Amino acid sequence: MYAYDEIDRTLVNERVSEFRDQVQRRLSGELTEDEFKMLRLQNGVYLQLHAYMFRVAIPYGTLASNQLRQLAHVARKYDRGYGHFTTRQNIQFNWIKLSDLPDALADLAEVGIHAMQTSGNNMRNVTSDQWAGVAPGEIEDPRIWSELIRQHTTLHPEFSFLPRKFKIAITASDHDRAAIKVHDIGLKLIKNEKGETGFEVLVGGGLGRTPFIGKTIKHFVHGRDLLSYIEAILRVYNQYGRRDNIYKARIKILVHELGIEKFSREVEEEWQQIRNSSLQIDDEVIEDIRSRFIYPAYEKLPHMPDELRQAAADSEFEAWRKNSVAPHKVAGYSIVTISLKPIGAPPGDATAEQMDALADLADKYSFGEIRVGHEQNLALPHVAKHDLPALWKALDQLGLATPNVNLITDIIACPGLDYCSLANARSIPIAQELTRRFANHELANLIGRLHINISGCINACGHHHVGHIGILGVEKNGEEVYQITIGGRADESAALGNLIGPGVKFDEVADVVEDIVEAYLALRERPEELFVDTVKRLGVEPFKERVYATR
Amino acid sequence: MPLVNGGKIVDDSFTKLAVDTPLPEGGDILVPAERFLADAEALLKRGGRIGVIWPNNRDIAELVPYLGKIAVVALVFPSFRDGRAYSQARLLRERYNYRGELRATGQVLRDQFVFMLRAGFDSFEVKKQADAEAFMQTAKRYSVFYQPTGDGRITALHRRMQLRHSEGVGT
Ligand code: HEM
Ligand code: SF4
Repeated sequence: MYAYDEIDRTLVNERVSEFRDQVQRRLSGELTEDEFKMLRLQNGVYLQLHAYMFRVAIPYGTLASNQLRQLAHVARKYDRGYGHFTTRQNIQFNWIKLSDLPDALADLAEVGIHAMQTSGNNMRNVTSDQWAGVAPGEIEDPRIWSELIRQHTTLHPEFSFLPRKFKIAITASDHDRAAIKVHDIGLKLIKNEKGETGFEVLVGGGLGRTPFIGKTIKHFVHGRDLLSYIEAILRVYNQYGRRDNIYKARIKILVHELGIEKFSREVEEEWQQIRNSSLQIDDEVIEDIRSRFIYPAYEKLPHMPDELRQAAADSEFEAWRKNSVAPHKVAGYSIVTISLKPIGAPPGDATAEQMDALADLADKYSFGEIRVGHEQNLALPHVAKHDLPALWKALDQLGLATPNVNLITDIIACPGLDYCSLANARSIPIAQELTRRFANHELANLIGRLHINISGCINACGHHHVGHIGILGVEKNGEEVYQITIGGRADESAALGNLIGPGVKFDEVADVVEDIVEAYLALRERPEELFVDTVKRLGVEPFKERVYATR
Repeated sequence: MPLVNGGKIVDDSFTKLAVDTPLPEGGDILVPAERFLADAEALLKRGGRIGVIWPNNRDIAELVPYLGKIAVVALVFPSFRDGRAYSQARLLRERYNYRGELRATGQVLRDQFVFMLRAGFDSFEVKKQADAEAFMQTAKRYSVFYQPTGDGRITALHRRMQLRHSEGVGT
């Protein structure tokens, strides 16, 4: 856990009071909607189909139990009793009144939560591995660096009005859970030959209308130079990024148009001018941030406690344990992923009651800490193994023990036409139908790891390009049509999916997915070959044939 | 448009010239970049102070040879969404050591004052009278700054270090 100090709290409060003033000026008509739009976006407020949507940051996905309780309070007091966890380690509330927003922000500020820069053309919430600090084998806790960047980019006077939004993600593990290759800047923590900490820097990844996988711009940037290097990239982007066409304004287009060599030369030139400035980070500063991450006082616990041995007789518990419990860097502890994808429900939703109850469970079993991952699931990062059976029972009672993490029903979906004013098609009902089709755990288990991602329009909030199976809603002659891609992935081998053929109608999507899955089961070389790997080996053709032969 | 300078609303002694407006005899003038660059020597010899209006898509380095001789650099915000002039301002102040008046023009609203001050602007052609009047109040909105810029304000990181060290004294 990271503890905000008085300095951070002061800034958050000053921000709330500024926004209160801005809302007042909007309500009195002093600010036009056009002027206000930019200001509200910088505070995470969108105008949506039915109401204002409010997006709150969960920096690098780490939450304390009291913070989760406060999110529940906001859901209950100002919204309709639930919130929606997103792919960017944010939570969204869909039904909030403009006049209530300053109060909601003030309530959140009490526990060090804010909505700064969760929208708008600035640096967005810095995201990271939801297992940061507990994943076995990571170089070091990437949140220390995420927090450094969070601070540096918050209300940055030069980069708050960029050509477009800007997203940074960090991982410290070989297995990338932060999808760094589809971010504007992706950072991978590494050590050089001298054992010094630094970063491989990728640039120009992103999804949306024109998807790109990020390219390595520098193989090693020393930790002390991280801020100056990022600042150099941003300065080049701020000056040369296109502003004439919002579809071409992202850094991925600039990198693509200039070519990575020319772009990196520009950055290098700028960097040489600023790297020895006050942007250089000394070890003391890093140590200060490190010291404010508080780690639990782990006990020495047995690797295989009796409680776990006994519970193994219960097949339901075992199904859940195999699916949701991952190894922890400390012996005797586990990381527990909590699926927010119950069969038949909108992915990523949690009610205020569930949030409160989870906060209690976090206090009881996970040193008061909760994590939010980009798959729209939550995690308890420090659960003693002997507590797993009791935790499972409690989760099951809350409807939060669906054993489908990473399986076909662990679907990522944007809100689509049900909430979003930009949508061309529904996403949530497609996700709901697919979870019903594949509700059988044995079948899902047989299929193995398979990610379905659904977006209701080309903006790609549901990351459809990088779904093993990606589903994109488009509009054709006033009808919802879905384009289906396969072979995408968002991990360390990130790739964009390939279209399997013409779009299909709403009612056909689930059938088509079933066809694809059947084809896979027949084509895979052995049960361990993942769906994406089969697609990689065989290409789109055999799947395309299977899907369109009968249609 | 009211001009705020040194925190107060002031009269603007500068007359803005277009590319082809005839040169007035005397007085302070602000000229567009291309006109200035086309005729810099002559303009600088003229009586009266001179300022340059610099567009946000032109490399500010071109202005560097003249920085010691011009009184105002006016940077342009064609819309409040376009932040290129923030980078130009910081380069002028921090890299090229420009010490003259640095003026923000265009869509300048109270909600940008803090950012602009931090980037090095000290003079503001404000779009709305009420915003100009609220300048001091709005400029003081924040007391915490996370990143170093040339404005010399202490950053949160360094304030923490200071606090640590002062706590350390005598223990
Ligand atoms: C109704 C609410 C929403 C609205 C209005 C909205 C709007 C947008 C827009 C306009 C973009 C622009 C994409 C671009 O041009 O780069 C975008 C991207 C994105 N949104 Fe949403 N969104 C909403 C909900 C969500 C939700 C619920 C999620 C998470 C499940 C999400 C995650 C994302 C992500 C990850 C991207 C970035 C894709 C990329 O990497 O470029 N959004 N959204
Ligand atoms: S992908 Fe499109 S429909 Fe879905 S939330 Fe984003 S903008 Fe809305």
